[in-house]
Amino acid sequence: MTNYRTIPIILIKGNGVYKSINFKKLNYIGDPLNTIKIFNDKGADELIILDINATNNNTEPNYGLLSNLAYECNMPICYGGGIKSLNQIEKILSLGYEKISLNTIAFQNPKFVMEACKNFGSSTIVVSIDTKKSMFSSPKVFINSGTKSTGVDAVSYARAIESLGVGEILLNSIDRDGTMLGYDMNLVQSVSNAVQIPVIACGGANNWENIEDVTQTAKASAAGVGSFFLYQKSHRAV
Amino acid sequence: MIVIVDYKTGNIASVKNAIDKIGFTSTVSSDPNVIGNATKLILPGVGSFGNGVKMIQSLGLWDVLNKKVIDDKTPILGICLGAQIMTNSSEEDMMHKGFGWVNAETVRFNFNDKTSKMKVPNIGWLEVKQCGDDKIYHGINDIQSFYFSHSYHFSFNEDSSINGMANYGYNFPASFVKNNIIGIQFHPEKSHSFGLNLIKNFITKY
Repeated sequence: MTNYRTIPIILIKGNGVYKSINFKKLNYIGDPLNTIKIFNDKGADELIILDINATNNNTEPNYGLLSNLAYECNMPICYGGGIKSLNQIEKILSLGYEKISLNTIAFQNPKFVMEACKNFGSSTIVVSIDTKKSMFSSPKVFINSGTKSTGVDAVSYARAIESLGVGEILLNSIDRDGTMLGYDMNLVQSVSNAVQIPVIACGGANNWENIEDVTQTAKASAAGVGSFFLYQKSHRAV
Repeated sequence: MIVIVDYKTGNIASVKNAIDKIGFTSTVSSDPNVIGNATKLILPGVGSFGNGVKMIQSLGLWDVLNKKVIDDKTPILGICLGAQIMTNSSEEDMMHKGFGWVNAETVRFNFNDKTSKMKVPNIGWLEVKQCGDDKIYHGINDIQSFYFSHSYHFSFNEDSSINGMANYGYNFPASFVKNNIIGIQFHPEKSHSFGLNLIKNFITKY
């Protein structure tokens, strides 16, 4: 069997690393360059860097910082946040990034996603899906860093995204984000089973058992990890 | 001079950064004259086959690369898409032909007749089992994991050039070498220190 990947997810705002709880309550963690050095030493499988402010503040990606981070990083990196054009994607890839994660723009403009996949290859384009449970129905997709509800069902959205040629789905549970209550296994399993492309599960990891469960039982191809790596002293992550 | 061929789709900085880290200097260029004077070439790659071929052609690099590689026998390292473009063609885009420097095609992962259906693209770390000419793997464990990110893989019409195999649902060629031409499906520039060793081998042993 193929090994699953464990992927630290680093949220940046300005020039700092933060960690959220339920996509709110941001805690300052530290300097992103240090964070990357630590994950280099630990030999992480991949990194995902998300600028949580760029879309909502309508700012350009922080190219200067991104370039420094890529230089330091000895493993594949994915960037997401504030991407609206093919030129921006080209520029970020040229800084030394392998993958680009699209979120709000993917929901608003599926044609752009298709163009991006055609130009840069499927394995370069990730679509990030933020989901939240609703009281009586299936999990729904949220955009704009989790601030706007779309009312669209997460599983059917994942299928639609796959049909655009996207190489991978980053599946976030807003309910579990930063809570360390374990992954939302039902959500991950239902999306993983619905699509042929790899799914990176995210939100709730608290220990290695959670990571094992979400990849073996819920069939995620990779486990995204935030607080578990960023806070726990035993792993001395950051 | 080591020249990283910039055909506007590659992961240029990753490769340049990797070469910096192992202590060599390199130039990133899409200028046919600079490429014409290179002593070693690297053809990186992230992106789609058709777009890659089109970019090499529209930048006027097709002929100079052919001349350097075939006539001058300049060592060249193709990475991922860069290596796929060294084959005859790709199922990703049948409208555009590759260089055809090795007798191989690039085909999509196909699990139709397999019992275990794997996710495509294949993204992650796979063990590479060395076989054949292992100069490029000098000092690297026979079974070492490297980072892969691809939906298509090489399929050789004769397997004499294959020097590394990986398994993703089934066995596929992970790397090949034919005289001065080296192609690698995985990303050595993003495979921690053993990836850097492989790049160093290309620079110092070819």
